[in-house]
Amino acid sequence: MKLTISGSPHIHSGRTTSGDMWRVVIALIPAFIAGLYFFGIGAAIVCATSVATCVLTEYLITRFMLKRPSTIKDGSAVITGILLAMNLPSNIPFWIVIIGAVFSIAIVKMAFGGLGCNIFNPAIAGRVFLLISFPMQMTSWPLPVVNQWNYTDAATGATILSKIKLGEMATEQFDIVSKTLGEAGGSIGEISFAAIIVGFIFLLVTKTIKWYIPVSIVATAAFFSLLVGGNPIIEVMSGGLLLGAVFMATDYVTSPMTKGGMFFYGIMIGLITIIIRHWGVYPEGVSFAILIMNGFTPLINRMFKPTLYGKRRAVGA
Amino acid sequence: MKLFSFRKGGIHPPEKKLTAGTAIIEVNLPRQVSVLLSQHIGAPAVPCVAKNDVVTRGQKIAFANGFVSAHIHTPISGKVSSIGKITRPDGTVADAITVTAEDSDHFSDLQMIGDAAPVRTDREIDVLTSHDLIDIIKDAGIVGLGGAAFPTHVKLTPPTGISFDTLIINGAECEPYLTCDDAIMRTQANDIIDGVYYLMKAAGVSRAVIGIENNKPEAIRAISSASHRHDGIEVAVCRTKYPQGSEKQLIKALTGKEIPSGTIPSASGIVVDNVATALAVYHAVKWGIPLIERVITVSGDKLQRPLNARVPVGTLLSQIVELAGGIPDDTGKIVIGGPMMGKAAITLDSPLVKGHSGIVFFDKDEAIRKEPCPCVRCARCVEVCPMGLEPYLLSLCGYHGEKELAVESNISDCIECGSCTWICPSSCPILDNIRLAKSLIKNSKK
Repeated sequence: MKLTISGSPHIHSGRTTSGDMWRVVIALIPAFIAGLYFFGIGAAIVCATSVATCVLTEYLITRFMLKRPSTIKDGSAVITGILLAMNLPSNIPFWIVIIGAVFSIAIVKMAFGGLGCNIFNPAIAGRVFLLISFPMQMTSWPLPVVNQWNYTDAATGATILSKIKLGEMATEQFDIVSKTLGEAGGSIGEISFAAIIVGFIFLLVTKTIKWYIPVSIVATAAFFSLLVGGNPIIEVMSGGLLLGAVFMATDYVTSPMTKGGMFFYGIMIGLITIIIRHWGVYPEGVSFAILIMNGFTPLINRMFKPTLYGKRRAVGA
Repeated sequence: MKLFSFRKGGIHPPEKKLTAGTAIIEVNLPRQVSVLLSQHIGAPAVPCVAKNDVVTRGQKIAFANGFVSAHIHTPISGKVSSIGKITRPDGTVADAITVTAEDSDHFSDLQMIGDAAPVRTDREIDVLTSHDLIDIIKDAGIVGLGGAAFPTHVKLTPPTGISFDTLIINGAECEPYLTCDDAIMRTQANDIIDGVYYLMKAAGVSRAVIGIENNKPEAIRAISSASHRHDGIEVAVCRTKYPQGSEKQLIKALTGKEIPSGTIPSASGIVVDNVATALAVYHAVKWGIPLIERVITVSGDKLQRPLNARVPVGTLLSQIVELAGGIPDDTGKIVIGGPMMGKAAITLDSPLVKGHSGIVFFDKDEAIRKEPCPCVRCARCVEVCPMGLEPYLLSLCGYHGEKELAVESNISDCIECGSCTWICPSSCPILDNIRLAKSLIKNSKK
């Protein structure tokens, strides 16, 4: 009889990293379906291009540059692909999607050492890179039309946030019902508030993420928009705030390790988002806010330590 | 009813109490025992018998060597056939005294067990001082039976300038599979409560709290109704959560107090003893029987007859496993103790020691660890750590040999409960790395 000798513990919970990754993919399905419903063929093309490019890029880098076993099966490249697509307009030319996906995987993720080693969330960094490089294409949003068969030639219009920024729309015109179901325009994944909430509940129930980050982002954004005279309901329900709060800011690798750290991180993202939306040049600020706080995460981890049993440890000590 | 528990961290692995509710099997006295000289934390005992000496059941055969050590007694009568090296379950070698019984010795032992009578009346016990009781406990070679095997008389001696105020009795039994404490609580509640009373007198306290997890309702009923035999004994029902049976976590659960980092509970006026230890104290004080047997759980999903058995110390583990139907065919790992903190064994041809609480069998699939993937900093290890540590960071320290950062990050507070490794979705060997860091630090101090 061959006996295994190893240190305790001798049992394991059975949780796997790829299980966590695939649960995030499942949680994104409702938002993707909403995108498909309102943006039609364009959503499908952008999403497929993004996922395929992310996976292929990671495969080629591990296979030919690092000469290591491929890591694509862990599901993280698929998530990056989907999340990047969710943050793009459905009428964006596919070659721009490819540039963004290659940037996300090659530079933001693999150059830093691959899964677990990146400082910034690859999908968010990819989106911001495209926003700076292709501002025109990144901000011409197709109008949501059910059963749409147009791709790059879809009719476009401004989003609620840019209309408010340009003073073209009074906040009274905002329709909560249409935003909840998804009829107000925007990126593929941010179109339906309800679909994102469904994904959020799924992630909470399966214990994939904690509520600390998303709730502190949304609560802070609502509170500060009220302080600066905005309409908290519009701030929270428009743009990529909820998509970012639920799916991007909660990325394990780039978010803090302790409850206190997660609250601080979430509050700061909410605050920076509102500052950018009100005083910045861009109508939307969630991506920048998350990216900035990603960069702060190592410091947050040093600041916010867990409370040690038997010793009160001051914050910052 | 109020459920007690510690707040910080903790996990809930499948309980797998396959032997819950079963009777304790009384194992026949073996014809040969090998009694290890080191069955406790501290210096090994020194033999006080020589080869070919005739010994009788319960006789002291080795003396405690120094303050932190414990006496050793033989569970059978017979002749000392050898004093020498034997293999422990983990493959290491240690000294043991082997006693072999003739038929006549065996029958006189059975006679002795049949004729056993209490050596002290309750009134005689009532007049014993704390000092007397500690001496009896020391003389009986009693050590903590929860697993660590720390000599009980040492625990009961308060540090200078401290007096104890609370005795905590650990009946949590939070390890999966193990039910040996549950079994004695169900069937010997009165004896345990008397033992708790003696321990209270020895420690000089007027209050004892017995913590039992709520997955043992029968034990809770039995102990609760027996607790009225003496004043000052409370039963606290705990919400099932691992590692509730860890000393520091149980103290937090039952008293709300945290033992300051780097100190032992006795410095805070608290003594913690296991229910099995209380039972051993009862036998020593009331019946004059030293610690020569204990109850052990033999379990495993593929095992034919999982059981709890009362076994003389020094019995070969393989003989106990025979009672349970033998080693299952596709066994890939044998664990001595519980699956969370026990040690993997390479052989069962090794004797039972005082600290063995269980033998658990895992099949080949369960024995193989998953290949580790990169840490994605999901923060679950931080969330479940009952000591408030950052296991992922300590693990990295071990992996990269960063001793100073490990010390700064309070690695010495780690109780090695394994919650971090159990929960880790990347299957990182977190606790292995932490142990590595600890040994690096220890070696560099030499």
